[in-house]
Amino acid sequence: MMLRIDCLRAIYSDLEKCLVVTIMGALPAELQSLGHRPNFFYLQHAMGLASSTGLGLALCLPHQKIVVLDGDGSLLMNLGTLSTLARYKPRNFVHIVFDNESLLSVGGFPTATSTGTDLEGIARAAGIPQTCSVRTVDDFASAARRAISSEGLQTIVAKVEATGPKAFITDLGLLENRFQFRRHIQSLAAKSR
Amino acid sequence: MPVSLENSKLIYRGLKGCGIRLLSALPETWLVHLIQIAEDDPEMRLVRLAKEEEGVGLSAGAHFAGVKSAMLMQNHGFLAAINGIVSFAHLYKIPLLMLVSYRGSFGERDPWQTQGGNVTEPLLRAMNIPYSCLDASASVEKRIAQAHTLAESSLQPVALLLTRDLMWGE
Repeated sequence: MMLRIDCLRAIYSDLEKCLVVTIMGALPAELQSLGHRPNFFYLQHAMGLASSTGLGLALCLPHQKIVVLDGDGSLLMNLGTLSTLARYKPRNFVHIVFDNESLLSVGGFPTATSTGTDLEGIARAAGIPQTCSVRTVDDFASAARRAISSEGLQTIVAKVEATGPKAFITDLGLLENRFQFRRHIQSLAAKSR
Repeated sequence: MPVSLENSKLIYRGLKGCGIRLLSALPETWLVHLIQIAEDDPEMRLVRLAKEEEGVGLSAGAHFAGVKSAMLMQNHGFLAAINGIVSFAHLYKIPLLMLVSYRGSFGERDPWQTQGGNVTEPLLRAMNIPYSCLDASASVEKRIAQAHTLAESSLQPVALLLTRDLMWGE
């Protein structure tokens, strides 16, 4: 089985030119352990809304690539987001779902993907134009790179092991992260003027 | 349909006057004209949601991108968005301009709307959300502008309740 942190490591340099929105818990802790960047926003609560935030960014910044790093627990709380994404089909949006079949950050309770719910199938049936599932780091890296460097809305479901870091709290304040992220976007806009 | 087209236009003009360029919405009877006007306006990005809570994420994304947005929903939609409001907009200081149709208050004939009417204002107060009722056409545009100004300066959600007196002509 592949580890999420190996997936993150594999695409870390590809994320440099993107705006990245993550869910809460283990995922942002792992991404920050690789190195925080001002173009990363970690939504440390409000489960399910990382993809909605990405959609807002994608619609307002059509020339900027948006990458949302989602999880099975979060996506299951807001499956309607797939229908909204599919309705507007932002061409600059890559939706990566790390599916560890578990609510790992709250103690490892199994989610419905552990009993057969197929998130890629749901995304496809919702109308997401391109979807795939990957199980190896190589497949993940090539699928994610292809999605980041091409146009079109895509959902990539990465089946990963239910393991993560020991601690989830980092020394980056929530508001610090939020203001830094917005300022970073403003500086991009200033540069492109 | 006795939904006031005139006052819907007035509300829309108030939103445009504040520079709102993205509007998330879920339809209900009182909001049909507003949503249609937004749909017909090439300067407005209308995003039709599956559930109102998504609108919190959309508005946050728009705010990060430097675009002004508003949310259009029924008070039952506000109830459905509460976790997003608290654990995103409040937690991360995101300005939200929420226009909420105030169903279930005096004059309501639909039994199914009445419980939501009972809890709308108590919940807004409990959540410390500044709010005001839009009930007279003369003050609509000014009050929308004031609500927007407060949301932007305080970086928090602000609500405007669209009342029966304003929205419904019988």
